[in-house]
Parts: sequence; structure tokens; C-alpha cells
Amino acid sequence: MALKLPTETLHTEPRLGETAQQMTAAPRAAPATTVRKWRHLAMQREVIVLLAMVLFNLFFTPHFWSLQTFNVNMTQVVTIVIVGIGMTLVVATGGIDLSVGASMAISGALAPMLFLNIAGPAGITLAFVLPVLAAALCGVFNGLLVTKLSVQPIVATLVLFIAGRGIAQVVTDGSLQAFNTPAFQWIALGKVAGVPFQVLLMLALVAVFVWVVRKTLFGQYLLITGGNEKAAYLCGVPTATVKLIAYTLCAALAGLAGLISISVNSSSDANVVGLGVELDAIAAVAVGGTALTGGKAYIGGTLIGALIIQLLRYTLLAHGIPDAAALVVKAGIIVAAVYVQRRSR
Amino acid sequence: MKKNLPILLALAALVVFGLVRYEHFGSAYNITSFWRYNSMFALISVGMAFVIITGGIDLSVGTVAALASVVAALTSVYGGWVAVLAGCAAGLAVGVLNGLIITRLKILPFIVTLATSLGAHGVALLLGKNDAVSISAESNFGNFGQGDLFGLPIPGIVAVLAALAGWLALRSTRFGRHSLAIGGSEEAARLMGLNVDRTLVMAYAVSGLLASMAGVILAAQFGAGQPNEGVGWELFAISAVVLGGTLLTGGEGSIGMTIAGVLLLGLVFNLLNFENGLGFISLSAYWQSVIRGVFLLLVIVLQARVLKQRGKKRVAAPA
Repeated sequence: MALKLPTETLHTEPRLGETAQQMTAAPRAAPATTVRKWRHLAMQREVIVLLAMVLFNLFFTPHFWSLQTFNVNMTQVVTIVIVGIGMTLVVATGGIDLSVGASMAISGALAPMLFLNIAGPAGITLAFVLPVLAAALCGVFNGLLVTKLSVQPIVATLVLFIAGRGIAQVVTDGSLQAFNTPAFQWIALGKVAGVPFQVLLMLALVAVFVWVVRKTLFGQYLLITGGNEKAAYLCGVPTATVKLIAYTLCAALAGLAGLISISVNSSSDANVVGLGVELDAIAAVAVGGTALTGGKAYIGGTLIGALIIQLLRYTLLAHGIPDAAALVVKAGIIVAAVYVQRRSR
Repeated sequence: MKKNLPILLALAALVVFGLVRYEHFGSAYNITSFWRYNSMFALISVGMAFVIITGGIDLSVGTVAALASVVAALTSVYGGWVAVLAGCAAGLAVGVLNGLIITRLKILPFIVTLATSLGAHGVALLLGKNDAVSISAESNFGNFGQGDLFGLPIPGIVAVLAALAGWLALRSTRFGRHSLAIGGSEEAARLMGLNVDRTLVMAYAVSGLLASMAGVILAAQFGAGQPNEGVGWELFAISAVVLGGTLLTGGEGSIGMTIAGVLLLGLVFNLLNFENGLGFISLSAYWQSVIRGVFLLLVIVLQARVLKQRGKKRVAAPA
């Protein structure tokens, strides 16, 4: 029974979630098909907001329609989106990961040590592989705390949030590592047909994880686990493994974002790499329509959420409104976006 | 009580270690400066404890403190007390706003306070024009952070009074008991006829008020309002509350143990300074965060074990 049920639960699960929500929140469309339609519409709304902002800029912001503006805006969101993908997975399980900035700092601190000390392609390869593995290890640590010890995700990831950046600082002695290694920095500075490679990498990762969430068994398990963990466990879903994988993927993606971040800056400073990225990523996830209560994962929404926040900031800056005021507007956008989602779902 | 044992033992061990190893650890100077500096963290942690007890979280305390420090510095030309009141009013306003958005719009506290945290930071930067704001040299406002009363540091007295008030409020006022009930089960509290919304707004207001008091002390202590200070304070406060054995799910918690958590985190820094002063080894300040993280890890692992045992007993008892 345990082995056969999971695929069946896929279809019954939405109803499980509904009954739970019906008790607490407003009535919701009952048949699964309407739910899917609503979800579709909800996704479209975020796209419409984004398109409206693009249109506004086309008319009112000079020089908006240029490859350079596109590249500037896209490169600004790359790290947030890559971290946001992982965050979406963790949030889908009903958790949260505050330690992504620390994972970025650790991987960003390790990479230059490798490619500056080991010459040739071997050093470059190691500099790509080992830091991401180290970051993934942070994720395994988080995942084990959450699953084996049943520590609440905020508390569990708080440990590495506090200690992780310290580890990166201790390893580098808090000093800045400057470098000029085109072979390594290609990940951020390289261009394919005029578009930065990092942007293509980000889009590819979004595509891959949209597929993972929608089409793979892991993706289905992920949503069920977040929707109703107890029920999922009783149906034979390996909830602990699913969560462990989610935290590991999240940290590994953060590690990759750390590599991109140091490549952009041609230097690695453990004090700065990934500072505050957890809040940006969570904001992107929330604006993108993934409920922090778990059970949903809109990877594409996270991309759009990050773009909305970035484009808003760009628009305000382009019209001479200071960055500080943009922060206040960003706050309003986050609350408004989540409020609108609450009402319609 | 058993749950609190690990942290109390750790605290005692650190104090004994400090007393034995360092000559000046127990000196009046060290104690008062430790007290003065950590009073800010004690204040935000007490506020955070109230919010967490109701089952919520307040990520805005750090930037609220920054905002209050800027407001206090700007208004210090009108006199010390005006600055204190203006700073506190700013924090209270953000706290009430948090509470109202959470209760009226029914959005998760995590998201709401994340947003107001960004907003408060933005307002602080706008008011301070992206820079630190010096406090007025003529006013007596600096005393609020640097002064003494009966030989005791004024910020320390404020923190102790706030902690006592918080302890009393949680124990024996309607607000405190309602907070605990709401954290235990919001639905049940509502069905019992408690005014859940009002209590929640009050909890976030208390948190905002105490955070702004920390910000006012910050401005008075360092002679300037700091719009970029306070980043990460919310997580310091959360770890202090967690170290104190309060579960983030709400429904239980203790102000006294939260203060113990603050003391533990503060002692790590204090001891590290002394160790470096001895000159045998030179641990950089970066070790501070690593050691704090390790302490947090140890305490939550121990708590997890205690909770597991407690769970087993509970299952075993009816049988």
C-alpha cells in the first residue's frame, strides 16, 4: 500500500489541502480543475503587473528599450533568483532557510583560495565543484537539524546564519581576496550573443526546476509534504528525505550564487558576499505567489517576483527617487502582493 | 525546568571560567560596561519574547531601533526627554502598524515584519539623508546612554525595569495571560472570547516600543543616530529567545530565561575580548559569531532531546 499510494495521493492531495483551508479561510473552489484554473490566473496576474511596469518604462523612462538596460536589470536579479529557486523549494515544504547568505559567503570564500593556489584548469574546475559541495553540506546540516531533531526551520537555519559567515570570515581572516581570473569569472562576465552567461544560466535553472517541480516524483512529493506532512508521511512519502533534499538543493544553489557574486565583483569579501540575500529571496518568493505556509512552489513566480521588485527599484531610480524611498515602496509592494494573493486563493 | 538547565549550566560555566581565568572579569568596570552595552539587546529580546509567545515573529526590531535612533538624534535639539519620547513614538507607531496589518489583513507576521523592516530602514535613511546623524551637543540626551544613576548605568536600569515589567506582565496581567493563550491555540483563544486581535496588536506594539528604546539608547551611547545600524539585531533577539527555551510555535516562554539567553550571547563576546587581552592567542572577532552559533546549536540539540523525552513520557503516561 505504502508504495502504490503516493501516485494516487497526487490527485487527492489538493482536496486534503482544501478542507484544511476551508476551515480557516474563505471558501474555495471545490473541483480540482477550477483550482488549477485559478492558479493559472493567479500566475497571470503577476505577469500582468510585470508587463504593465515594462510598458510604463517604455513610455516614460528614456533609453529603457536597449540591450544594456535589459542586461543591467537581469544581472541585478541573477543571484536573488538563483537563491530564490532554492528558497521556493524549502518554502514549499513549509520551511524557510535563513542561512543562504552564509552559504554564499562560504562558497565565495573558498573558490578564490582554490583557483589562486592551484594553477591551470584543475584549479578552475575544483573552484567550481568544491565550494558548491561545501555549501551543499551546509544544506545537509540544516536538513538534518530539521528532520532528525525536529528543530523548527527558522531556528535550525539561524545557527548557520550566525555561524556560517563567521566561518567564512575566519577562513579568509576577514580579508578581501581580489583576483582577475577570466576563466573562472566567465560564469558571470561571459556573454553569449550579447546576453550575459549568468542570465542564461539563471533562466536555464528556472526551466530545470519548473520541470522538477511539475514533472518529477520529487516535485510531487515536495508539494505533498508541504501541503500536509502528516498525511504525506502516512501515505508513504519519505518526507524526511524530501526535506533534506530541499535544504541541500537550496544551499547548493546559494553556493553557486556565491560564485557568481564574487565573479561579478572580481573579489571575494566574506563580510559582504550574500549579505541580506535571504530577505530578498524570501520577498521574491512571496511576491511570486508561493505561500509561506507550504504546499506550493511557483518557480516561475519567484523569477517574476524578483523581476517585479528589481524593475520597481530601477524605475524609481531612473526617475530620480532615492534608493531609500524605493525601500519603502518595496515594503508596500510585498504586503500588497501577499494580501492580493490571500484574497484570491 | 529541566529544559532550562542546559542554558543555566552553560551560563554558570562561562561566568566561573571568566572569574577563574581573568583577573578583571569580576571588576566593577567590566560589569557596568557589559551591562550598559547589552541593555539594548535585552530590550529588543524582551519585546521579541512577547511576540514569539503569541506565536508570531518580529523581523523589524533591528531597523526600528535604527529608525528610532535617527528620530531621537534629530529631535535631540529640543531636549533630552523630547528625543526619548519622539524615538519611542516612532517605534510604537511601527509596532502598531505591524499589529494592525497582521490582524486586519491576515498576512503572516514573518512577511509583514519583513516588509516593515525594509520600510523602517528606508525611512531611517531618508530622515538621516543616508548618513549618521549627530545628537545635539547642548542637550542632556547623551546621558540617557552614557550617564549613571546611583552609580549604575542608566540604560542598564532601563533594561532591568523593562525586563521586570515584562516578567510581571506575562505572569499576572490579562495581556500576558492572553498572549500565552493565543500562542497555545489562537483558534481556541478566539472561541473562548478573548480579544485576540487587540492582544496581538499590543504584543507587536510592545516589541516596537522596546526596540525603539534600544535605538534611543544606541543614539545616546554613541552620540549619533545610525540608520544602518541594527541590521541583524532581530536574529540576535530571536536566538536569545530560543536559547531561553521559548519555542517559536508560541504558547510558552519566559522573560527571565530570555535575559539568560542575552547574557550568554553577550558573555561570549566579553570572554573573547579578555582572552585576546591575555595575549596567548589572538582570536579574531569573527570567532565570536562562530562560537555563538555553536552555543545556539548545542542548546537546541539539548532542548530537542529533552522535548523528545517529554513527548515519550506524555505518550507513556495514559497507558
